[in-house]
Amino acid sequence: MAVVYERSGGPGAEAPILPPLVGARRVRRRFGDRGFRELTRGAALTLVVMVAGMAAVMAHAAWPSIRRFGWSFIVKSDWDPVAEHFGALPFIFGTLVSSLLALLIAVPLGIGAAIYLAELAPRGVRPPVTFLVELLAAVPSVVYGLWGIFVLAPWLRTWVQPALGHTLGFLPLFQGPPYGVGMLAAGLILAIMIVPFITAVSREVLLAVPRTQREAALALGATGWETTRIAVLRYGRSGLIGAVLLGLGRALGETMAVTMLIGNRPEISLSLFAPGYTMASVIANEFTEATSDLYLGALIEIGLLLLILTLAVNGLARLLVWSMGRGPMVVRE
Amino acid sequence: MTRLTTTRWRQRVSTVMGTLTAASAGAVVLPLVLIFGFLLWQGASAINVDFLTHLPKPVGEIGGGMANAIIGTLILLGLASLLGLPLGILGGVYLAESRDRRLPWAVRFLADVLNGVPSIVIGIFAYTLVVLPMRRFSAVAGGVALAVIMLPIVVRTTEEMVRLVPASLREAGLALGVPEWKVVLRVVLPTARAGIVTGAMVAVARIAGETAPLLFTAFGNRFWHQGLDQPIAALPLQIFAYAIAPYDDWHRQAWAGALVLIMLVLAVSLMARLVTRGRVGAVR
Repeated sequence: MAVVYERSGGPGAEAPILPPLVGARRVRRRFGDRGFRELTRGAALTLVVMVAGMAAVMAHAAWPSIRRFGWSFIVKSDWDPVAEHFGALPFIFGTLVSSLLALLIAVPLGIGAAIYLAELAPRGVRPPVTFLVELLAAVPSVVYGLWGIFVLAPWLRTWVQPALGHTLGFLPLFQGPPYGVGMLAAGLILAIMIVPFITAVSREVLLAVPRTQREAALALGATGWETTRIAVLRYGRSGLIGAVLLGLGRALGETMAVTMLIGNRPEISLSLFAPGYTMASVIANEFTEATSDLYLGALIEIGLLLLILTLAVNGLARLLVWSMGRGPMVVRE
Repeated sequence: MTRLTTTRWRQRVSTVMGTLTAASAGAVVLPLVLIFGFLLWQGASAINVDFLTHLPKPVGEIGGGMANAIIGTLILLGLASLLGLPLGILGGVYLAESRDRRLPWAVRFLADVLNGVPSIVIGIFAYTLVVLPMRRFSAVAGGVALAVIMLPIVVRTTEEMVRLVPASLREAGLALGVPEWKVVLRVVLPTARAGIVTGAMVAVARIAGETAPLLFTAFGNRFWHQGLDQPIAALPLQIFAYAIAPYDDWHRQAWAGALVLIMLVLAVSLMARLVTRGRVGAVR
């Protein structure tokens, strides 16, 4: 029984305030605490191992394709499953273009809406609109896709694309027959999908800006918008960039709605009216049809590229958004 | 130039910009109104008792329903929760309780990063992890994919909720000589219960509509549930398949399915809100 106190601290470090515990109980407690701590630690480690293992497992499965094509995989643009020639360029192009198009539309709207919700809206308006924005973020991707196929694409085909073709048709961006589905439709549905997300994160960032910033600007005689621009937006800049990058991360990996609207043709075209293909869509469409190891490997390699791309974008975004929480930043004018 | 910076001009700019931000808020909410409008309009007219209680009819026959897909989705959600919730809650407890510096930082960062990994990539991960060794698509594979997606959400909300529990409660337990693990299980977790339940429900709402990771894990099925090691139907998969098919009756059913799915997601989200409403104040 004398062993009992020796565990914690050196000789004399511990005055026995509590009555000494019976040995068995003490041991059980020690094992209980240790065991529980290890259990929770194990759960946390599972997550670490999983993220690390994800890349490894996928690289292993993609190996036939990596070994066969090397770097040419990302610069070649022929995708021919029958001849087993695989180049991912059209998909990378489609993913980047559709995501950038979405950002072009979603960023001004999302940040504008966030400013309105965080700074300008009357008190009574804020909660319901914020709630609606959150609701929009909860709509499943496949529902956006369904709506896109039967409402958005026909609308684009009959109204928007002919009008754009008439007025801006001299630009290569707006040439070609109006199919409805295509790069433009994909970019639009992506914009609709990521805008609530950008709005929600930006709003949080703006709310984290200290009140003193605004008061100082107002005290100097700034108007409402000047206060927002000089004191709030500038202060929250890195957080806002983070919000945009998070939106970009979403757009890059978005699958279902884009697959239903982009037209799924592995071609690189300047026109936004033309059908395209994205990395996520080609995986969604062809994965279950991939018969050979090389074909499957090529698709998994596209997934791996997508993983690396989104990891980079999201990692950067997190660091930026987190930096907002770590006390005030230097405000430069 | 001086005229441009008069007070009157500046105030006008302020008003214009204020109006523009209000307009963009309107533009953000508008699609929601449109989407819900169409869902209710198209979906409500397509839902009937058959849709909710029958199997899909063979191609070309009109009628039938998605009952198997609704049940399949519930089974998949159950499987994912069974795998993801205990792991996520334990991980969250670790993040909140650990006095370590490095590992928690890494876990937190990776959880946030995992949250941003495209769901289709997680589908590939589950495919290589479960489908390849089992040599068939299965409900288990779908459950694993969904569990991986919900894990980071559960971990992070659990951590935040456990942190909200006042130190005094914990100290009171320890002062009574209760071992630490028992304090966590019997004092800390019950106090944070409402918040943790909310986090779990938010995670379930998020995965309920996931389609991409199920394409090549759960795969879909036109029949009733046939065991966890067999392909299983899921509502989002069925909506996708019906939406891109060329039959009008299938389009009608896709709208009905979307309405059911969104009702499910909204019901879970709203419940999550209600659970928090009464309790968290008491914790603080």
